[in-house]
Amino acid sequence: MMLNLSPNISDPDDFYAELINSQRDLDEDQALRMNARLILLLANHIGDRGVLTEAIDCARTAGG
Amino acid sequence: MTSYIYPKFGYRRSQEQAEGIVKRHPIVVIGAGPIGLTAALDCAARGQPVVLLDDNDTVSIGSRAVCYAKRPLEIWDRLGCAAAMVERGVSWNVGKVFFQDQMSYQFDLLPETGHQWPAMINLQQYHLEELLVAKCRANPLIELRWKHRLISLKQAADHATLAVETPDGIFTMEAQWVIACDGANSDVRKMVGAEFTGQFFQDRFLIADVTMKADFPTERWFWFDPPFHRGQSVLLHRQADNVWRIDFQLGWDADPDEEKRPERVIPRIRAMLGEDSEFVLEWVSIYQFACRRIDNFRQGRVLFAGDFAHQVSPFGARGANTGVQDIDNLAWKLAMVLRGEASEALLDSYHEERAFAADDNILNSTRATDFITPKTKVSRYFRDAALELARHHGFARPLVNSGRLSTPTPYVTSALNTPDDEAMTGGVRPGTNAPDAPITLDGKPAWFLPYLGDAFTVVAFGIDTDRTEIAVGPLKAKLIVVGRDIQDSSGLLAERYGASRGTTYLFRPDQYVAARWTGFDEAGIADAMLRAAGHDIAGRKELAA
Repeated sequence: MMLNLSPNISDPDDFYAELINSQRDLDEDQALRMNARLILLLANHIGDRGVLTEAIDCARTAGG
Repeated sequence: MTSYIYPKFGYRRSQEQAEGIVKRHPIVVIGAGPIGLTAALDCAARGQPVVLLDDNDTVSIGSRAVCYAKRPLEIWDRLGCAAAMVERGVSWNVGKVFFQDQMSYQFDLLPETGHQWPAMINLQQYHLEELLVAKCRANPLIELRWKHRLISLKQAADHATLAVETPDGIFTMEAQWVIACDGANSDVRKMVGAEFTGQFFQDRFLIADVTMKADFPTERWFWFDPPFHRGQSVLLHRQADNVWRIDFQLGWDADPDEEKRPERVIPRIRAMLGEDSEFVLEWVSIYQFACRRIDNFRQGRVLFAGDFAHQVSPFGARGANTGVQDIDNLAWKLAMVLRGEASEALLDSYHEERAFAADDNILNSTRATDFITPKTKVSRYFRDAALELARHHGFARPLVNSGRLSTPTPYVTSALNTPDDEAMTGGVRPGTNAPDAPITLDGKPAWFLPYLGDAFTVVAFGIDTDRTEIAVGPLKAKLIVVGRDIQDSSGLLAERYGASRGTTYLFRPDQYVAARWTGFDEAGIADAMLRAAGHDIAGRKELAA
């Protein structure tokens, strides 16, 4: 399996709004804590080590 | 409540010092800790006389190493000591992990059944050493010399010259081989100029033994960032005789002299155990270490083992457990070289295999420390996230790292291994320690590892042969046929070794797999045995001819 870099979220505007809204009432520290939990939850859901490595590399180079 | 009474083993002037004769010994071991004592027992078990020097005349002060894992117990069983250790020690399976003021989760080691020895025991190092000393004293090949301090070591091509100081002054002795296991602060290291490679990190711990009549169950309790020791970690273990061991992580900036004052230690323990707790502080010390290993485990005639050669954090009980396995790897090789069955080149494989294991331990230790002591603000968020999620969700528990408990490192890249052919799948790969299994011997239940013994051994499943031995050059291996010599009544032996009719394994004298085949191949066994004894291609051809 390869990291899917094509659009894959059915209602992107709605997802993005949900993500931003979920942190609207959090201060920066709380939001960073939430982000860490979210990354671990999503990483576990993906599970595939190769995909996770691709995602880490991709994120680290700002997607370039 | 009782306190341990430290034995005094007593100094005796050696005959060679009394007579002023310079005597050359085959093996001299420096340091009578768990590793040096094991070295003496293992070399003696292989028929070699050993002189063991120690600058003190008693056992370890305080509990120090505490946790002993299954593989060292198997090694000590080979040396006839494990049963007494397990009987004296405390076995545990349940661990609890706390984060700040709440329990995050608990786990059960649930060790695989069908093994003779438990996954882990806790035993104060002084009890362990006392058992090992008694075993050494009962062995006529071992000479224990207390109050013998090494003051200089010089190497020649075929021996080392040691100047040794005793209450009767200084005398000279010679050794064909020296095994240096006198710990992290060794004087020998300075004498031979052995250097460390890199330094991964360093830390300090306050370690304390307390006696108490406590309600704490026999479990491993680990705290991340607890209210009674903010920002650090704490570990609680039960040991023999109602003595509990507590490790407080202090960080490298702590002042060791200040931290170990009872006025400072007792309130810490009281805050942890509760204001009403009744306890007696038996021993307190500061353990400070740099996580690192030596460049080369062999320097000429001197071989390094234990904390002398490598140091790791206490998480995972990887110090003494690794050191005992250094000796397991070294003793048979040294004995073969002394008997002329192998060349000195075999000793270079000691460095190759045990440096590989030390690096694996350092990797595990570094990972645990990065989790326990996050180095950046963001890595602390990830650590806290894993601990918070672990309270509610099973998926996050494997991410929590309070130390991965010591298991043997397979020597997957070792030059002593004969690579598998393609037909061989599953089971135990070359370079891996032999798993135990229940067997039936003469109609009675027994265990596989003790039967495997301490020499080259071939185990073949279900073949039809009258042969009991395979010999090549100076080497020979006992041939065990499953179905003829031993019975695999439970089927676990075949299951663990991925064996069917004809499957054949060659084990080294340290019970590691050297090679394996889908069928019985005598020429292949002979070649693999020579390779495992360090003979190169030319040597193997000559000896096999």
